[in-house]
Amino acid sequence: MGYYGGDFDVIVVGAGHAGCESALAAARMGSKTLMITINLDMVAFMPCNPSIGGPAKGHVVREIDALGGEMGRNIDKTFIQMRMLNTGKGPAVHALRAQADKFSYQHTMKETLESQPNLTLRQGMVEDLIVEDDKCVGVITMAGTEYRAKAVVLTTGTYLRGKIIMGELMYESGPNNQQPSVQLSHNLKKLGFELVRFKTGTPPRVNKNTVDFSQMEIQPGDENPKFFSYETKSSDNEQLPCWLTYTSAETHDIINANLQRAPMFSGVIEGTGPRYCPSIEDKIVRFSDKPKHQVFLEPEGKSTSEYYVQGLSTSMPEDVQVQIVRSVPGLQNAEIMRNGYAIEYDAIVPTQLWPTLETKRIAGLFTAGQINGTSGYEEAAAQGIMAGINAVRKIQGKEPVILDRSQGYIGVLIDDLVTKGTNEPYRLLTSRAEYRLLLRHDNADLRLTPIGHEIGLISEERYQVFLDKKQKVENEIIRLKETKVRPSEINELLTSIGSAPIQDGSNLLTILRRPEVGYAHIDSFSPSEAGLDDEMKEQVEIQIKYAGYIEKQLLHVERLQKMERKKLPDNINYEVIQGLAIEARQKLAKIRPISIGQASRISGVTPADISILLVYLEHYNRVTAAGGPSIG
Amino acid sequence: MREQMLSDTIAAISTAVGESGIAVIRVSGPEAIASVEKVFRSKTKLTEADSHTVHYGFIIDPEKGEKLEEVLVSLFRAPRSFTTEDVVEISTHGGIISVKRVMDLLLEQRDIRLAEPGEFTKRAFLNGRIDLSQAEAVIDLIRSKSDRAFSVALKQVEGALSRKIGELRHTLVETLAHIEVNIDYPEHDVESMTTEFIKQKCSLVMQGIDSLLKTASQGKILREGITTAIVGRPNVGKSSLLNALARENKAIVTDIPGTTRDVIEEFVTINNIPLKLLDTAGIRETIDVVEKIGVERSKAAVDEADLILLVLNNAEELHEDEILLLKQLSGRPVIVILNKIDLPQQLDRSEVNRYFPEEAIVELSAKTEEGLDHLEGAISQLFFGGELESGDLTYVSNVRHIALLKRAKQSLQDAYEAADAGIPIDIMQIDVRLAWEQLGEVVGDSAPDALIDQIFSQFCLGK
Repeated sequence: MGYYGGDFDVIVVGAGHAGCESALAAARMGSKTLMITINLDMVAFMPCNPSIGGPAKGHVVREIDALGGEMGRNIDKTFIQMRMLNTGKGPAVHALRAQADKFSYQHTMKETLESQPNLTLRQGMVEDLIVEDDKCVGVITMAGTEYRAKAVVLTTGTYLRGKIIMGELMYESGPNNQQPSVQLSHNLKKLGFELVRFKTGTPPRVNKNTVDFSQMEIQPGDENPKFFSYETKSSDNEQLPCWLTYTSAETHDIINANLQRAPMFSGVIEGTGPRYCPSIEDKIVRFSDKPKHQVFLEPEGKSTSEYYVQGLSTSMPEDVQVQIVRSVPGLQNAEIMRNGYAIEYDAIVPTQLWPTLETKRIAGLFTAGQINGTSGYEEAAAQGIMAGINAVRKIQGKEPVILDRSQGYIGVLIDDLVTKGTNEPYRLLTSRAEYRLLLRHDNADLRLTPIGHEIGLISEERYQVFLDKKQKVENEIIRLKETKVRPSEINELLTSIGSAPIQDGSNLLTILRRPEVGYAHIDSFSPSEAGLDDEMKEQVEIQIKYAGYIEKQLLHVERLQKMERKKLPDNINYEVIQGLAIEARQKLAKIRPISIGQASRISGVTPADISILLVYLEHYNRVTAAGGPSIG
Repeated sequence: MREQMLSDTIAAISTAVGESGIAVIRVSGPEAIASVEKVFRSKTKLTEADSHTVHYGFIIDPEKGEKLEEVLVSLFRAPRSFTTEDVVEISTHGGIISVKRVMDLLLEQRDIRLAEPGEFTKRAFLNGRIDLSQAEAVIDLIRSKSDRAFSVALKQVEGALSRKIGELRHTLVETLAHIEVNIDYPEHDVESMTTEFIKQKCSLVMQGIDSLLKTASQGKILREGITTAIVGRPNVGKSSLLNALARENKAIVTDIPGTTRDVIEEFVTINNIPLKLLDTAGIRETIDVVEKIGVERSKAAVDEADLILLVLNNAEELHEDEILLLKQLSGRPVIVILNKIDLPQQLDRSEVNRYFPEEAIVELSAKTEEGLDHLEGAISQLFFGGELESGDLTYVSNVRHIALLKRAKQSLQDAYEAADAGIPIDIMQIDVRLAWEQLGEVVGDSAPDALIDQIFSQFCLGK
C-alpha cells in the first residue's frame, strides 16, 4: 500500500515556531532532515498576536539565540516596532518585545529554511507514525507516503483535532481556517498516549482605514532599539506605533446582554483555557467591578491594513463581535476583517515526556510546542530547538542536552512541563523561575553560548566574539577592583551625584556598588582602555552591583545542581522500595524522574521520601558496583 | 522551593530531652566547626584544635556578649566522625531549658539548620559509614521519625498559630503577586508597586512575627512539653485531677487573644518535666466520647499523646467500657490512676493488673491530694526510664518553628534594608518571597504555584 518517500535522520512534523527551530537545529547539527507540514504557506505563521518577546518570553528568545536558534535573528530582520520593557526595574526583568511584520516574518523564515543545507521541505498531512519495537521510525501521510527516519519530532500546534468556535458556530479547523489534523490525534491515542483538550482564542482584526486613532493614545517604539540576537548590531527597520484605547460601559453592557450566546458560558467549550489569556467576556464576568479594560491596536504588518485588537479576544458570535468592537472609543466605525474565535485542540499530557522531550512510551519520538500543553510562539520555539538538538544527540549516540532551572527559562519551562504537567495552556512567567536574577536578558550568551558552540549550533567565529566579550568584562571588573582612589580624587564626583563622600581610600568597584553610582560615572572618571561596548559595560555594572544577591542565588544553584547530578536509574521499581509513602511511590512511578533533583520537585514527594530515595540510590549504586542484587 | 540539601550544616539534640544529667547537641557539616566557634568561648580556638579533643568553655550569645551555658565541646574532624563530616558535639547541663537555649542560639546562625528526622544516620549511610546491610533499617528510621514528626508538627500548627501565619502569608503573597504583575505585565493598567508600600507590608509582617515569637518565648503558643491526655469515663475525677496537678504545680493557662477556645492549653512542670495537658475543651470533649473510642476525635487525641493518664474510680466496679480502654491502651505509655481512695474501695484491682503492671498503677485522691506525689514519681520514672522519648519531637518541632519564624523575619528585614538602599523591586522581591516560603514551611504549606494562582485571581490579565 505505502509508497516510499525517502529516508532521513530526523523528520519534523509541522512548520510553526517549534517546527522551524527543530528542523533548523537538526539540519545544522548535520542530520538529514525532513520538515513536513500541512500547508507550506503557513511556515512560521503567527495565528494570534503579531508580537514576540516581553517578560520571560523575550528572555527565552535570547536563550534560543544564544544556543544558535533562529527566532531572534528572524524577528530582528522583520520587526516593525521594538521596545525594551521594565527599564525602570532591575536588570533581571528588562525584557525586549517586538511587533512583527507577520508576513515578512514568515517569508524570511521560509527563505532561511529553504536555503538550509540538509533540510527538505515538503507539504503533506502526516496521519500516522511508523512504530517498530516501541521505536518511532517514520511517518505516513494522507497520500500514503512513508517517510523513514531515526527520530521524529511532532510539532502539531493547535491542529490536532482542532475545532473553531464562535458563538453558535462550530467547525473542525486548525488556526485561521487551516485544515485540521484529525487522524494523527486518533493514532496517538491508539499508541497509548494520554491526551487533554485545551482551548485558546484570538481577537478580531480590523481595517486601519476605518479606525479613528485620534481617540487613542500612541505607543511608539524605542528610539534606539535593542535587538534579540547577539549577532544583530544595527537595523534600519522603520517602526510603526501601537495604539491604546479602552472598553466602554457600553462594551460591558453588550457582553452581559449576550452572555447566553458565549460558548464559554453556554457550555459548548470542553477545553481548558488559560487564565492569563482570558476572552473579553471572561474578563467582564470574573472582574465585574473593573469599569474598563485596555485595548491595544497592533499593526499586523507594513503591507496590510489589518490591525490586531489586543484585549478583545472573544468567541462571541459574529454579530456580537461587531457590536463589541464598535463600542470601543476609536473603533465606532471599525470594520472587522477577520473574526475572533476560540479554538480547541488536543495536547498530550507532558508528564509523558523525558526532560529531553522524547516520549517515554515510544523511543525516538519527540514532541514540542503546543502539543505539549504550552502556549506562545516563544515557548514553542524553545521546545523546538531542544527537541531538535536532543533528537540529533540521540541519533549520534551522544549525551542529551538538558538545561536545568538555573541555566535558563528554557530549563524552567521544560522541567515544569515534564515534572508537574499543566492543567491549562502553560505560559512562561518570570515568577516561575527561582533564580530570576541569574536568568537575565543580558547574560543569555554567558549561560548558553558555550553549550551552543559545543553542540555545533554556534559558529567558531561567533564563539570567538563571545569569548572576547567575556574576557573584556572580566578584565574590566578586575581593573575596577584594582584601581584605588583617594577621597581627594573622587569626592567631588560623589558629591555631585548626591553620594556620600568617602573618608578613606577605596577602589572603583566598591564605589560602583553604591546604588546611586552608575558605570557611566565611573567611566567618565576613569575610562577603560579596553574599548568596551555598551553590552559589556552593562555586564560589568550588573555583575558588580548585584554581586551579593547573585552570589546568594549561586549558592542555592550549587545545591540544586548537586541534586540534579544524582541520577536515578531508568529501571527503578518504585513499588518495591520500602518506606516510600504511597502517594510518592505512585507519582515517582508515573513521572520516572531522571534525578533526585527532579524527583524533589514532584508534588506529593516529601523530603522524607527524598531521603529514602537517596539511601536507596546509595545502596543501589554500591550493590551495582559490587554486582549483587538490589534491596526492596 | 524547599531544597533538600546534601552537604549543608545541620544540628539536632541527640539525647532525649529531659532532666538527665547531660544533654548533647550534635552539629555536622562543612560549617560545623566554624559556626560553633562563633558562639563558643574557650582557651583554645576550635578551628585550630585537633580532631578527637574535648574543650571546656561557655556558649556565648555573640550579640549580647553574655554567657549562656557552661559546656563541654567535642570535636571530630572529617572523615573520622559518625557522619564522616566535621562534627561538633556540645554537651550541656541536662534539662530542657539549657539545651533549648543553646539550640536556639545555634539555629540563629545562618549556616546551620535543624536536621531532618533521621538525617545524621542518613548522612552516615550516604557517606559510607554504615554498612550496606543496614540500608533498610536506615530507611525505616527515616520513615518512622518523619511520620511522627509530621503528625506532631501538624498538630502543633493547628488553630490560632496556623491562622495567624496564614494571615501573614496572605499579606505577603498579595504583595508578591502585585510585584509580579508589574514585572510580567508591565503594560497593564495595574498600579505600580512602590518601595514605600513594600516596606510597609514588610514592617507589618515583621511585627506579626515578633508578636508570635514573643508569645513563643513566653511559652504560650509554641510551648514544649510531653503531650498528656487524661482519659476516663465521666465523673471519675479527671477535672479534679487536672486542677490538683495544676494547683500543685503552678500551671500556666494560656489564652491567645482573639480566639474563643482554640488553644487553651494547660502546662504543668513535674520534677522539671514539662507536661502539656491537652487543651481543656478538647479534654472535656474527649471525656464525653471516650466510651466510644472509635470516635475519631478522642481516638486521635489518645493516639497523639506521648503519655496517657487513665483515670478509674476506685469507689466503683470496673465498667465494661473501661475494660475495653484498658485493653486498647495496653502497650502504650500509660499511668493508671485509681482515684477517690478517700472513699471505700469497690474496684477489682486484679482486673487492672491483667493489662498493666503494678508500677504503672497509682492510687490517689484528687480531692484530698493524697497520693499526688506518687503520680509525680511515676511520671518521672517513665520519663527518665526513656519511655517517653517521643516528647522531644514536640520540642524539636517547636525549635523548628521558632527558627523558621526568625529566619522569615530576617528575610523581611533584608528586604526592608534593600528597599532603603535603592535596590530594584524585583530584587527586593527575592527576600520577600523567601519569607513567604519560610512561613509556609512552619505550617507545612509550600505550594509554589500558589503565587501564580494569586496573580491571576487578584488581577485581570490577558490579551
